[in-house]
Amino acid sequence: MSNLVHKEASLLEVKNLETAFSIDGAYYNAVDKVSFSIKPGQIVGVVGESGCGKSVLSLSIMQLLPKGNGEIRSGEITFEGVQLNQLSDTEMNRIRGRDISMIFQEPMTSLNPVFTIGYQLQEVLFNHMKISKGDARQKSIALLKSVGISRPEKLVDEYPHQLSGGMRQRVMIAMAIACQPKLLIADEPTTALDVTVQAQILELLKTIQEVNDMSIILITHDLGVIAEMCDEVLVMYAGRIIERSDAESLFYKPMHPYTELLLGAIPKMDEEAGMLSSIEGMVPSLKNMPETGCRFALRCPKVKPECSAVTPLLEEVEEGHSVSCILYETSMPRKGVKP
Amino acid sequence: MLKYTIRRILGMIPMLFLISIVVFSLAKLMPGDSLSGEIDPANTDPQYIAEMRDKLGYNDPVHEQYLRWISNFMQGDFGKSTRYKIPASEIIAERMPNTIFLGLMSLLITYVFAFLMGSYAGRKPYTLGDNFISAFNYIGLALPSFIAGVFAIYIFAFNLGWFPSNGSVDISLEQGTLSYWISRFHHVLLPAIVLGALSTASYTQFLRNDIIENTRKDYVRTARAKGTPEHKIYRSHIMRNSIIPVVTFLGIDIGLLVSGAIITETIFTYPGIGQLFLSSVTQRDYPVLMAITMLLSFLTLFGNLIADILYGIVDPRIRLD
Ligand SMILES: Nc1ncnc2c1ncn2[C@@H]1O[C@H](COP(=O)(O)OP(=O)(O)O)[C@@H](O)[C@H]1O
Ligand SMILES: [Mg+2]
Repeated sequence: MSNLVHKEASLLEVKNLETAFSIDGAYYNAVDKVSFSIKPGQIVGVVGESGCGKSVLSLSIMQLLPKGNGEIRSGEITFEGVQLNQLSDTEMNRIRGRDISMIFQEPMTSLNPVFTIGYQLQEVLFNHMKISKGDARQKSIALLKSVGISRPEKLVDEYPHQLSGGMRQRVMIAMAIACQPKLLIADEPTTALDVTVQAQILELLKTIQEVNDMSIILITHDLGVIAEMCDEVLVMYAGRIIERSDAESLFYKPMHPYTELLLGAIPKMDEEAGMLSSIEGMVPSLKNMPETGCRFALRCPKVKPECSAVTPLLEEVEEGHSVSCILYETSMPRKGVKP
Repeated sequence: MLKYTIRRILGMIPMLFLISIVVFSLAKLMPGDSLSGEIDPANTDPQYIAEMRDKLGYNDPVHEQYLRWISNFMQGDFGKSTRYKIPASEIIAERMPNTIFLGLMSLLITYVFAFLMGSYAGRKPYTLGDNFISAFNYIGLALPSFIAGVFAIYIFAFNLGWFPSNGSVDISLEQGTLSYWISRFHHVLLPAIVLGALSTASYTQFLRNDIIENTRKDYVRTARAKGTPEHKIYRSHIMRNSIIPVVTFLGIDIGLLVSGAIITETIFTYPGIGQLFLSSVTQRDYPVLMAITMLLSFLTLFGNLIADILYGIVDPRIRLD
């Protein structure tokens, strides 16, 4: 499959994206020169500890950054040939929910508490298609059924507080797929759920992806999920992509020391301490990012003296497998080329 | 909902009994009694006073006096006003429509203005318009109603002559005619604005802050992700959440309708229950005073009930049962 997919044009292409937040008058990049692309029907995983910029990346694509302090400073986000970061809010509203949808980490707060499930489902239909009230209701019932909800006729008239977290996330998924989008961004869709429910939701996403043939950006900090679901993986650290690979070779042959540590952390998954906390230290906050060099240098077990001086490039080491670490010759900045 | 309402109303009965005991005791503890308010004690035969007191039952045991009062009260006999020599119920019934009219006008003005200003300021915070509204509100919050009332009379009634300074209607007009009703509106407007100023200011700020807070909620982000236009997000998603607290204030306001009007009615010499209450205090008209106090207590309890019912209606998370 991957060979065929690679020949097609990209559905989404992100190029040199820099998204920054203004803190006390200065801008700090939460996403730093990120480039990647997604082909139709592909599931791309984005993995990294919390605070690495995964959510900011997805909100940048959706053009949903918090107004006032978040801003795309440079770069291009191209979806089906249209540059999203040049669109007005009105133009973007025609794409959001119809061509690109998003589901969020917090199913408990992502639905409006005072509207019925049916109302919130139908809202996305009314936003994007000409449909009568009766048809919209029938369609929302069908959608709820398609995400595995067993009594959809009753549920459309219920309110979010009457549902469990897993049910709410199913409703969110139903909303996201209502207009059969080409791209679904799922930002840690299962993090807030019980383990058994997690598996069901992932299974559901996978089924929907196959039926609708849509692309998914699946954000997670759980490499186990990546292994099960994804064609390609982006490993993010402190706002940058530090390794990119197809899922299989990432697991067989992780290249970046950070990825190795993430993989090493998998067996400790059920420990109470949390999944990725076994790597010592923390992701630096935006204001404390090292200006030059590798951002992981401070925590890296394989650190070399040059690491904090030389900013590594993200370059292909093997076919389909790139890494940004000066342990690899390819990542050394070439002379005369500014990193 | 109906069951809940009935249960709550039944629950009010013991409360009202307790209140009636307090009201009765307070009336007993106050200096003087209705009789000394009615006659001139210095110029009356002491023997006659003693006889009258005995006849009026003032020398009976306290619990008998209370039982007599409360059983009459429950039959709608609030006693005779010592000042007007007619049943207290008649006086109250005569004043009541004025106070209700004033209260409703004031509520209407409060909610219309608070809603308009609050939703504008909440949608465009930190703009010139918002700052203007805030400044306006701080004046409303800082000025006590008796000062605001005096200023309003001085400026709008005496200097500009836009509004009358007292009364509830031009008495030369025939009741029920169109000009009679226009005159009533004309008389009620200024006191209604003054009476509602404080709530208008506080509800405006409350609504503004609540809208700003709701703007940052996750469900707003979800609505944006669905492609819902910004104006619709404000109009339906945010507004529907932000009116919940403000609507429940309405119940409390109904409860405070009469007691809130005491000062305003007195300043504007507007012939309503509030003014009657204050003048009854100075005249020691205890039957009227006790009846109004009971009425105020009942209204407060009733207002709380309305607030809870409204809460149950506007917020689906609240279940009344
Ligand atoms: N609204 C915001 N204002 C300022 N900083 C923010 C904001 N949102 C996120 N950040 C910062 O951006 C960085 C990346 O955050 P995020 O994308 O939420 O991480 P992740 O989703 O990978 O856990 C963090 O350092 C976070 O503190
Ligand atoms: Mg996140």
